Amino acid sequence: MRNFISYKVESIQPSGIRKFFDIVSEMEDAISLGVGEPDFDTPWHIRDEGIYALERGKTFYTSNSGLKDLRCEIANYIKRENGVEYNPNSEILVTVGGSEAIDIGLRAVINDGDEVIIPQPSYVSYLPCAIMAGAKPVIINLKEDNEFRLTAQELLEAITDKTKVLILPFPNNPTGSIMERKDLEEIAKIVIEKDILVMSDEIYAALTYKEKHTSIIEIEGMKERTILINGFSKAYAMTGWRLGYACGPKEIIQQMTKIHQYAIMCAPTTSQYAAVEALKNGDDDVKEMRQAYNQRRRFLLNEFKNMNLQCFEPFGAFYVFPCIKEFGLSSEEFATRFLKEEKVAIVPGTAFGDSGEGYVRISYAYSLENLKLAIGRLKNFIEKLRSESK
Amino acid sequence: MRDELLAIIEKNSRIDFKELAVLLGHSEEEVLNELTNLEKEGIICGYHTLINWEKTSIEKVMALIEVKVTPQRGKGFDHLAERIYNYPEVKAVYLISGGYDLMVILEEKTLKEIANFVSDKLSTLDSILSTATHFILKKYKDHGTILNKEEKDQREVITP
Repeated sequence: MRNFISYKVESIQPSGIRKFFDIVSEMEDAISLGVGEPDFDTPWHIRDEGIYALERGKTFYTSNSGLKDLRCEIANYIKRENGVEYNPNSEILVTVGGSEAIDIGLRAVINDGDEVIIPQPSYVSYLPCAIMAGAKPVIINLKEDNEFRLTAQELLEAITDKTKVLILPFPNNPTGSIMERKDLEEIAKIVIEKDILVMSDEIYAALTYKEKHTSIIEIEGMKERTILINGFSKAYAMTGWRLGYACGPKEIIQQMTKIHQYAIMCAPTTSQYAAVEALKNGDDDVKEMRQAYNQRRRFLLNEFKNMNLQCFEPFGAFYVFPCIKEFGLSSEEFATRFLKEEKVAIVPGTAFGDSGEGYVRISYAYSLENLKLAIGRLKNFIEKLRSESK
Repeated sequence: MRDELLAIIEKNSRIDFKELAVLLGHSEEEVLNELTNLEKEGIICGYHTLINWEKTSIEKVMALIEVKVTPQRGKGFDHLAERIYNYPEVKAVYLISGGYDLMVILEEKTLKEIANFVSDKLSTLDSILSTATHFILKKYKDHGTILNKEEKDQREVITP
């Protein structure tokens, strides 16, 4: 029989997380700090609205680009959060999670051989999506010295004549790093000068712990060259509802809508009704969850300080990314031993790119009680490693 | 800091000031001062424990009593409310808008004791027009806490 598999797909590596997942799944009593989704339930008033939509028989397709009400609420939300206006009729597309927006956004703009700049460590799907769209990915290895922010210098060095898209993944999974206005202004200057499109994945925008998140669309000249991606998963604890959105220039949104229309049809209807409620009346829920995350973040950083574990202070998302280089183990060895010896699952930094080597991702989407338990074990583990190396 | 501090200790009154300081990102001294102030100002009125008595062998009966009254000249409802809340078996008294005036929450060991309280002590007070007693059969949620809830993390153990 012939080999039916596409070369392009075959060349893509399975997610490094998957491999680790299989080990964890076999252990019964392991506690996990490895999850990339909120521990909160979706707030009840949002779930209730979803149930109500089902009761009223709202079980049909919506328009391809999403419910008009939802697109209007998204436009209102961005107006009040970022002070930028999008036309709900032509510049907003409701997608199946932010993930779909990443995929079709890249497919809508990439020609074979175009280069896509991907700063790493970052979310696992940019690279495969870029490859499948026919792009040549160009990786920037972010540095802890810069708090894993993207610097103008790093960007300049990665740009060639073929560069078309810069992916901007902040607030960042897995590092928790953010980009502040001054950082974004420097990036914007180069992007405009070199005529590059930005895909800004701001799925964690609602979860920052310094000042309010700044989006690159707020910077002059950037709205017209940015695909803004956001969604409901992280801010409203709605991961399973699979709902996100993209905002951008109408020419791009139009082409994205075309792919979306043929591949997906429309985002889930129940979720869209629930999301309208989330945007209308969910601000307080977000604030409450953000406060809880921030408390846990402070707790973890304080514990790391007490155990002398190096970790830059992250101001976004719900991850900390401590450095484990002092132990002379690779990230994967560290995570595997920690799992086997102390039964706590964390994710090796290398799952998010080679530059994650020497780091591990610890999620604080867990109750304080859980975190305390896990941190107690981390303390044991670290002490053991330190005494081994003496 | 005040709002966030109150939000934390409303859910967990046992948390100590050192941990509070870490969670809030303030110094221990600041947190301790704020706690003292909140107590002095009567904003923090106590540190109670939420007990699910149904799971113990101790018998307790609880009732909500709707009370209609004639307010007294010059004293309004406050004087009467005081006469009621001074009984130790009365757990709470609220002034209510709508069809009746006072809501009295009563806790006793037996049904009979509640009946006696209503007939002997409450109904006989001057200016009480009528009472309606509702017994609590089951508590699902109390003080924002869902009782008998099974906490299980339903998430996949590792996700990107």
